[in-house]
Amino acid sequence: MSNLLKVDNLHVYYGSIHAIKGVSFEVNEGEVVTLIGANGAGKSTTLNTVAGLLKPKQGTIEFEGKNIVGVPAHKTVSHGMALCPEGRRIFLQMTVQENLEMGGYSRPNSEIESSMADVYQRFPRLKERYKQIAGTLSGGEQQMLAMGRALMSKPKLLMLDEPSMGLAPILVEQIFDIVKELNHSGVTILLVEQNARMALSVAHRAYVLETGTISMSGDAHELAEDDRVRKAYLGES
Amino acid sequence: MVFFSYLISGISLGSVYAIIALGYTMVYGIAKMLNFAHGDVIMVGGYVCYCALSYLNLPAIVAVPLAMIACTALGVIIEGLAYRPLRQAGSLAVLITAIGVSYFLQNGAQLIWSATPKNFASVVHFDLPESMTSLGLSSEAIVTVAACIVIMVVLTLFVNKTKLGKAMRCCSEDKGAAQIMGINVNRTISMTFAIGSALAAIAGVLLCSAYPTLQPTTGSMPGIKAFTAAVFGGIGSIPGAFLGGLLLGIIEAMAKAYISTNLANTIVFAVLIIVLLVRPTGLLGKYAPEKV
Ligand SMILES: Nc1ncnc2c1ncn2[C@@H]1O[C@H](COP(=O)(O)OP(=O)(O)OP(=O)(O)O)[C@@H](O)[C@H]1O
Ligand SMILES: [Mg+2]
Repeated sequence: MSNLLKVDNLHVYYGSIHAIKGVSFEVNEGEVVTLIGANGAGKSTTLNTVAGLLKPKQGTIEFEGKNIVGVPAHKTVSHGMALCPEGRRIFLQMTVQENLEMGGYSRPNSEIESSMADVYQRFPRLKERYKQIAGTLSGGEQQMLAMGRALMSKPKLLMLDEPSMGLAPILVEQIFDIVKELNHSGVTILLVEQNARMALSVAHRAYVLETGTISMSGDAHELAEDDRVRKAYLGES
Repeated sequence: MVFFSYLISGISLGSVYAIIALGYTMVYGIAKMLNFAHGDVIMVGGYVCYCALSYLNLPAIVAVPLAMIACTALGVIIEGLAYRPLRQAGSLAVLITAIGVSYFLQNGAQLIWSATPKNFASVVHFDLPESMTSLGLSSEAIVTVAACIVIMVVLTLFVNKTKLGKAMRCCSEDKGAAQIMGINVNRTISMTFAIGSALAAIAGVLLCSAYPTLQPTTGSMPGIKAFTAAVFGGIGSIPGAFLGGLLLGIIEAMAKAYISTNLANTIVFAVLIIVLLVRPTGLLGKYAPEKV
């Protein structure tokens, strides 16, 4: 297995706040890797930095062997990564179809149609509602749209930031099923979740982030059995 | 009959306001800033067209595009040099900069062209039959209204149907999300200034054709009125700019005709205040303008 993403000794600041303090991790081709941690641990900061939205003060981010630190956010997508951001951030005033088109912004126009057909096949609900203004979709539909939009760029690496946030349990299951399916169809996934139980159940490997540093890492099933993880993140005593 | 001629003059003035207001509203919608120098770009457009017509003896069909090109370049340069470095800064800093740019343009124009008003020769050269002029119609009014309608339609199609237009709507909603789609936000904002400034050039030429005195402060009052129109219609909204501009022009013409020429501006701004009290987002707007 080869590294698709390799983050080494990453340091990120918000002004004087040192949010990420020397984080290192890697994602191999074909894997589902999850980053779990409490509120404010720095999960979103890590993903946003990989996507180019934030500039690290120190450290390297290698994607397919190339250091992409300093590549602006609007160019990382054409390297083959897509971020489905926290809070979905779909374009609420645009239609479902327009949102998907924007997801394919970096691709040649001729490929948009087939990407869109793929997304509609995976999310038939979106197809039924292609003309609807995205802001009027239900929460679950909005999450599907956010994922579909990220898939429009045909990413090698899909980064999902809390895809289950605010969804009913049945929808959470559905989202995680989709994550598994996507992975089976060849997409490598970096998953950030508060719902550690679900995340650990679909992931191959996991990293635990605590106030800006990685405190534990390893096989997802082994971590799920670890006492510290069970206490802190799975709500067991 | 007299009423009709006032209405015509209101609609044609309103069309100019609408074209200018589009520049304000697009820049506000996408860059979330008020470009108070926009009115002065109109004036520069007027001067460039004037020079091309009077000094170079070029036909209007060349002079007008020349003015558009000059203003487009000016708009892009202003954005790049003055506003882009302030992208992360507070809105007050941006506002003060915009006022600075406005003075810079006015004083620059005064240095180049002097403060003495120039007599602008209309770019519209066709005669109307007696039956139409007796109604108060002028060829300038017809061209102005037609230009405004064409611009509205083209701009609406552009924003809704083209890739760049959609990218502009994305930037207007969420710049971070737009970036991770692969949209170059800086370039999109720059394009917005380019379009707004090209429209300002058209507005400048039309304004000077209808009111032929051109001086360095020519753009400032129409600029403020058009800004008012944009807020009135709902800043950030393209149909809002159109509606706001037309209504403002008509109100102004009617106030001048039936109430008092001196009070016309007061009445225009009073209407704005009342509309904003009742509907803070303007007639068709989504965003409440920031308090500045
Ligand atoms: N824009 C910002 N300005 C200043 N500090 C920030 C900013 N964004 C995040 N932080 C801080 O950085 C730290 C990490 O935040 P981050 O959003 O990455 O956490 P998270 O692990 O994603 O949390 P959550 O599970 O709540 O989404 C927090 O202490 C947060 O307060
Ligand atoms: Mg987060």
